[in-house]
Amino acid sequence: MSEVEYEAVIGLEIHVQLSTQTKMFCGCGLSFGEPPNTRTCPVCLGLPGALPVANEMAVHYGLMIGLALGCELAPRSIFHRKNYFYPDLPKGYQISQYDEPLCKGGRLGEVRIHRVHLEEDAAKLTHVGASGRIHGSDASIVDFNRGGTPLAEIVTEPDIRSAEAAADWLRLLRVTLRRLGVSDVNMEEGSLRCDANISLRPAGSEQLGVKTELKNMNSFRFIERGIKAELARQEKILRAGERVIQETLHFDPNSGRITSLRSKEQAHDYRYFPEPDLLPIAISQQMLDRAREAMPELPAAMATRLEQEHGLSAESAELLAFKDELGDYFEAAVREPVDPQAPPQALANWLITDLTGRLGEGQAPLQSRVEPGALAALVGLVAAKRISVGAGRSVLDKLVAEGGDPVAIVEAEGLGAMSDGDELAGIVAAAIAANADAAERVKAGNAKAVGPIVGYVMRETKGRADGGEVNRLIAQQLGA
Amino acid sequence: MSESQIIALSATEAAAAVIAGELDERELYGVYHRRAREHGGSDALNCFTWVSELSEPGGAPQRPLGGVPLAVKDLFCTKDVPSQSGSKILEGYRPPYTATAVSKLQQAGATMLAKTNQDEFAMGSSNESSAFGPVRNPWDRGRVPGGSSGGSAAAVAAGLAPWALGTDTGGSIRQPAALCGIVGLKPTYGAVSRYGMIAFASSLDQAGPLTRNVADAALMLRHMVGQDEADATSLAFPEPISVPDGVRLDGVRLGVATQLSAESEGAGGIEPGVAAAFEATLKLAQELGASIKTIELPHAPHALAAYYVLAPAECSSNLARFDGVRYGLRAEPGGEDGERGLLGMYTRTRHDGFGAEVKRRIMLGTYALSAGYYDAYYGRAQRVRTKIAEDFKTAFQDVDFIVTPTSATVAFELGALTDDPWAMYMNDYFTVPMSLAGIPAISIPCGLAGDGLGPGGNGLPVGFQIAGPAFSENRVMQAAHALEAAIGFDSAAAFA
Amino acid sequence: MIERDEVLHVARLARLALSEQEIEAMQGELSKVLDHVAKIGELDLDGVPPSTHVVEITGALRPDEPRPCLPREVALASAPAVSDDGFLVPSPQA
Ligand SMILES: [Mg+2]
Ligand SMILES: [Zn+2]
Repeated sequence: MSEVEYEAVIGLEIHVQLSTQTKMFCGCGLSFGEPPNTRTCPVCLGLPGALPVANEMAVHYGLMIGLALGCELAPRSIFHRKNYFYPDLPKGYQISQYDEPLCKGGRLGEVRIHRVHLEEDAAKLTHVGASGRIHGSDASIVDFNRGGTPLAEIVTEPDIRSAEAAADWLRLLRVTLRRLGVSDVNMEEGSLRCDANISLRPAGSEQLGVKTELKNMNSFRFIERGIKAELARQEKILRAGERVIQETLHFDPNSGRITSLRSKEQAHDYRYFPEPDLLPIAISQQMLDRAREAMPELPAAMATRLEQEHGLSAESAELLAFKDELGDYFEAAVREPVDPQAPPQALANWLITDLTGRLGEGQAPLQSRVEPGALAALVGLVAAKRISVGAGRSVLDKLVAEGGDPVAIVEAEGLGAMSDGDELAGIVAAAIAANADAAERVKAGNAKAVGPIVGYVMRETKGRADGGEVNRLIAQQLGA
Repeated sequence: MSESQIIALSATEAAAAVIAGELDERELYGVYHRRAREHGGSDALNCFTWVSELSEPGGAPQRPLGGVPLAVKDLFCTKDVPSQSGSKILEGYRPPYTATAVSKLQQAGATMLAKTNQDEFAMGSSNESSAFGPVRNPWDRGRVPGGSSGGSAAAVAAGLAPWALGTDTGGSIRQPAALCGIVGLKPTYGAVSRYGMIAFASSLDQAGPLTRNVADAALMLRHMVGQDEADATSLAFPEPISVPDGVRLDGVRLGVATQLSAESEGAGGIEPGVAAAFEATLKLAQELGASIKTIELPHAPHALAAYYVLAPAECSSNLARFDGVRYGLRAEPGGEDGERGLLGMYTRTRHDGFGAEVKRRIMLGTYALSAGYYDAYYGRAQRVRTKIAEDFKTAFQDVDFIVTPTSATVAFELGALTDDPWAMYMNDYFTVPMSLAGIPAISIPCGLAGDGLGPGGNGLPVGFQIAGPAFSENRVMQAAHALEAAIGFDSAAAFA
Repeated sequence: MIERDEVLHVARLARLALSEQEIEAMQGELSKVLDHVAKIGELDLDGVPPSTHVVEITGALRPDEPRPCLPREVALASAPAVSDDGFLVPSPQA
């Protein structure tokens, strides 16, 4: 019997904390690490008699997300109560949206969007272990500062086929949301949270397998690792001829282990019903216009524009538009009036390869010491052959370490390309003399043997010599 | 002024007297304060769960309400004052904020006198489900005052407060007003902010006045209505509330619904004394110039069933916040269900904290919302509600108001209905349809059930309900005022 | 008649402990009320939209402007158990 090939079927559920001033249903300011329980009011503490009123800005941000993801915006959407008991849920229900969400359908990149809805975040629960205060049993402490923070929940269709693709797509979503300015989208700080619905099916099959829900992946790396681990776990189960159980799983990034969150509370019955304290949201033309006007350029559009406006390769344009803040850096750099001018493609290459490579992971170019104008000036010097590529890289090292002006660095370090042809010819002659063996072999037709001679020249000139000119002179002098 | 003269003043008259300088506001407060302490406690009418510690009102009398003392139903949150909604689970709870309706009345110059007893979380029609014991009807202390605003109704009827604030979800202002011989108005849903009212059923709850006469109801309502940014379901009242002065009903078309009349079968039997008083009032209305028209509200007989799905469903969710974490009672785990830890804390706290009727409705509502039953119960009840609202709309094309007896019976004896939940629920047969439709309705006393006219009808007050379209409060009260003047009910008859 | 197991299931959802007596009483009382309520099942309601509110308007939204919060000691004042500036509860993980 031949081995079945399995195909991964992955859908994501993303909770995005919105960057409003106040909470979803009350006027408490959002919390940024204030002391516990100092950002509360009768509404977000769920005091008797308190009533929710929806935050206009959260609806506005929800509409912007819907527009960015190409969703259908519901002219009328309603809030529901999702009922369950938990200490981080002060009212005994979460106000969320159910069958009439704010946005339906849509697509981002290759992945279809199922829906986008608004809801409120839960409070923070800290386990404090056996305290002795309540009959020696384990205890937890609730801090309601975060409770009620507005969330947009984005649910995708199960269109993702690998762990890498999931992480890549999430990066695209993150940069899109960041462009919108609706969230800090910081996974480590929890303003962007991702759960994955994961199943396997025989390749080519249309039927969906039993899925599991993987929670708590709080970085891109963990998302990739977590999904991979779960896919491997499911494949093992299926290959053993057993069944995957539908359940909620927890990924522990430290051990890489996946554990079941199954408990006695597993049998959920949320008893959704329309929230009687809130009337339906009707999206007025005014609100739609306001959301449309607030839309910035989105990554896909930016890629097309960079390609057309600056003649970049499609690959570079997409890299700049989709990856973090590279695009913003590029646009700042390409606008700088430097002389000689930096060709855009060369600038893009230096940014994508050389500068990014020199910065630590997670450090955005805009936060580095290298000013966009400095990189533009540097690339301009290289392109005009005022300095060699090698000298350019040395200058970049210096810029990354200390910042500064490339022209001044070139001057101070004497890195300018050698303009005096006679001087370089002399150094080439000396190099040939010092490497007589190599020179013989080159003359005999072994072009690759030129290495030691070029190396000598570069050492002597501290890399200022232009590589092409050096090769030309060697060939000339050896008559090869 | 003597004490009896002061007590004889309606709230409107008392406010006017204070503002005119004829009555010292402290004297007014002092008289009611003393009476509240003397007759309102558990050894007497038990209509108060808290009486102000202040023997004098704070500050100068404010216009326009001139410091007239106000009794407030327990379920209104009042800052630093016990607000317990008649429940053990909130015993001693003092909230950090005040309900909008209360603070508006205070800003208009009303003085907080007392909090009134009520059915637990407003679930009841006899005030017997209160954790603080039943309220006694001032007309006959062996009988119930009605509910759930039973303490408010009894306090006003007994002259222990000039007026009181209540809430009505399915009849909780109108029915106790009827059983205690006073005026009770349930406003249009959304007219008064619900912010700070400890919720029973959010889509139905409305605050309203319980007063000695219609003019007092108008005065109180005037200072309660208005859109509140803290309540997304509140609305701006389209016109100012005016002082009713009507004495005639010329050209007024009163509708008597086949389904909500003295003869209707669904009511489960109207007491003859109630039927007689109702018919007599219809006759009086005709003498004042009104015409009577028979109309149909085909879905009204199903209102109670729909209500007993919708209200418990909402209450099951509204009462989930009483979980022993942030306020109120917390019980230690350990009980019949054997649950420990957090789950045990939850189940034991709620077992110990809620009374039988509240538990029943939480169970009913949880059941109706649970997987597999939603469509059969909640979904259907919402559709019935749509039909009931449509019925009223259609009817109001032909008549100005719809009139019914407020309750099928006069005040019944304590304990008479406590064993049969549905029999108790039937008390709201005539009031629930208007609640589901969200329209305003007033109950005014229309006389006493005459001697020898039937069981339990001897000399006890009967209520007459007048309902109008949404936001027709001014017109409803104008009609009620005309009838009230003609009826000439003695509002001081049950004074303690 | 509503089943005993259903009563127990619903009580669990509602986080209510019930004594043996209460379970039995609840079975009977709920069944009676549900019998009355079941009459709405006989109505022809095809095509009738459900109404969640009687108010015929759409939701008022709140401007995104911060309001003062409660002082922490006020927020915690009514809590049955507090610790380290927070509300103390038995651990859900226990
Ligand atoms: Mg969610
Ligand atoms: Zn708040």
